[in-house]
Amino acid sequence: MNRLTYVGIAIAAIVIIAAIFAPLLATHDAIFQDLSIRYAGPSAQHWFGTDALGRDVFSRVVYGARTSLEVGVTVVVVSSVIGIIIGAIAGFYGGPLDKFLSGYLFNVFLAFPGLLLAIALVGFLGAGLGKVVLALCLIGWVGYARVMRGQVLKVREYDFVQAARALGAGNMRILFTHILPNAVQPLIVQASLGMAGAVVSEASLSFLGLGIPAPAPSWGTMIDESRGFDVLYNAPHVFLFPGIALALTVLAFNFIGDGLREYLDPKQRKR
Amino acid sequence: MKHKLLNFARQLALMLLVIWTVVSLVTLLIELVPGDPATSILGETSTFEQRANFNHEHGLDRPVFFVSYSAEDGFKWNGIENQYVDYWVGVLHGDLGTSFQTDRPVVDMILERYPATIKLAVASMIIAIGIAVPLGVLSGSRRNSLVDNLGSLVALLGISLPTFVIGPFLVYVFAVKLRVFSPIGSANPEDIVLPAITLGAALSAILTRMIRSSVIEELGEDYVRTARAKGLSERKVLLKHVLKNGLIPVVTILGLQLGVLLAGAIITEKIFSWQGLGLLLLEDGITKRDYRLIQGCVLVISVTYILANSLTDYVYRKLDPRIRLS
Repeated sequence: MNRLTYVGIAIAAIVIIAAIFAPLLATHDAIFQDLSIRYAGPSAQHWFGTDALGRDVFSRVVYGARTSLEVGVTVVVVSSVIGIIIGAIAGFYGGPLDKFLSGYLFNVFLAFPGLLLAIALVGFLGAGLGKVVLALCLIGWVGYARVMRGQVLKVREYDFVQAARALGAGNMRILFTHILPNAVQPLIVQASLGMAGAVVSEASLSFLGLGIPAPAPSWGTMIDESRGFDVLYNAPHVFLFPGIALALTVLAFNFIGDGLREYLDPKQRKR
Repeated sequence: MKHKLLNFARQLALMLLVIWTVVSLVTLLIELVPGDPATSILGETSTFEQRANFNHEHGLDRPVFFVSYSAEDGFKWNGIENQYVDYWVGVLHGDLGTSFQTDRPVVDMILERYPATIKLAVASMIIAIGIAVPLGVLSGSRRNSLVDNLGSLVALLGISLPTFVIGPFLVYVFAVKLRVFSPIGSANPEDIVLPAITLGAALSAILTRMIRSSVIEELGEDYVRTARAKGLSERKVLLKHVLKNGLIPVVTILGLQLGVLLAGAIITEKIFSWQGLGLLLLEDGITKRDYRLIQGCVLVISVTYILANSLTDYVYRKLDPRIRLS
C-alpha cells in the first residue's frame, strides 16, 4: 500500500474517534445558541469560532462527524448486504433470473443519476435521517450487486466448488460457505469508496436542505448556512472548518479505497 | 451486418425499457407523499369542496393504477381510466401536466429554465477541456516531474472535493478576497465563470487523468518512434501525432459526462443562484411542494441523462473496434 493509504487510514481514524467520543471531545453543547457571540472568530474559548446563532463550530464539526459516519456506515452495511444477496443470486443461478436482474434491474439503477433519485425520493417523502438513509441505500446497492455477480460468476467455476457439489452439498451451502467467502474481497474496496460516496451524498442532501433537519449538526447543513457572501466576508471560519472536515473525510476514504484496490490487485501492485 | 443490427436493436430496446421504468417510477412517486397533495398545497384550513375541486382539476380523483387495493373491496380492476395512463398519455403528447402552485403548464416552466442549465453545462465542459488538455499532455509527456505531481494533486482534489465545498471556496477567493467576479446571479456574461469552474472541476480532474494516461500509452507506440526518427521536433510529435490519438477516449467521456453535469448542476445552481432547471426543481418544486413540477423536472433531467449515456455508449462502440466485437 502506498503512503497516501496510510494518510487516509490516519485521517479516517481521527474522524471515527471524533464520532465515537463526540460527547467527550466537544467543548460545548453543539446546539446551544448564544446570540451575544454571533460569528466570533477562533479563540481559546471557541477553537473554531462560533456561527450565526453563536453555536460553537468545533463542537458542531465533531458532532457532524457522528452524523456523517452514522449515515455512511448504515448505508454501506445495508446496501452491501442487499447488493451481495442480489448479486450472488444473479451470478449463481444465472439464466432468466440473471437476465432480469443484471440485464434490466442493474441497468435501470445505473442509468439513473443517483443523487437525482435521492432528491426525488426525499422531495416526495419529506426530509429526515431515516429517509436519507433509505434513499442512499436505494442508489447504493447496485454497485455491490454488480461486483458480487462478477465475482460469483468467476468463483463458481473453481474446482473446490465442483468438489463440494460432488460431495452432495446443496445450493445454499455452496453459495454461502464456499463461494461467498471467496468472492467478497473486492467488495471491501467498493465499501470504502461507497463510504466516501455516502458521506458526500448525505452532505449534499443536507446542503440542499433535504437531509438531516436542523438543528442537528451535519457538515452539509453547516456549509449551506455559511456560504452566503456576507458570512464568507465577515466570518469565513464558519464555512472553512466544516468544509475542510468533509473534504478530508472524503479524501481519506477514497485514499483507503484506492490503496486497497492496488493491494488486492497484483497486476497494479507490480507497477 | 445482421449481428450489428441486432446489437443496435438490443441497445435501443434496453434504453427504451429504462426510460419506461423511470417514467413509471416518477409517475407513481406522487403516491409516496404523506397525506394528500391537496391538503399540503391548500392548507389545513381548506374546505372539503376546495380540495375536491383541486383533485378533480389535476386528475387526482381518478384511480392511481390499473389495479387498486382497499380493505373493504379487496383488489379492484380500474381499467385504463387511471392516473398512470393519464400521465403517460400526457408525456407522449409533450404535456407534463399543470403546476399545482402556479397553474401553468409544467413543460413551459421547464423550457424557460432549461437553456440556462445547458449553457452552464456547456461552459463547464469548455473550461474542463481548457484545463485538462494542457495539464494532461504536460503531465503525460513529463512523467514524475513537478508538473506531473502537481497535476496529479489537482486532479485528486477535483475528484474528491464535493461541489458545494469547491463553490463557496471559489466565491471566497474570487468574489470576497480578489473581487473579480460577483458571487451569485447571471446578470453579466462573466458571471458564468465561477459556476462553470465549480461544476467542471470534477470533470477536468477526470479528463486530466485520462489524457495523461493515454498520452503515456501513445508515446510508446511505433508511430511515435517513426515520427521522431524522421526528425520531427518533440513538440510536433506531441501535438500532431500523440494528442490526436490520445483524445479519442476524451470525446466519449465528454458525452457521458454531459448527463452527469446536468444532474450535478442542481447543487451548483443552488450555490450561485443560477436560474436553471435544478433551482426550479429545488425552489419551486420541492420547497413549495409542487409535486407535478417535481415529476416533470426529474423526468426531463433523467431522460436527458439516459439519452446522453446511451449515445456515448453507442459512439464509443463505433470508435473502438475492440469493444464493438466483444
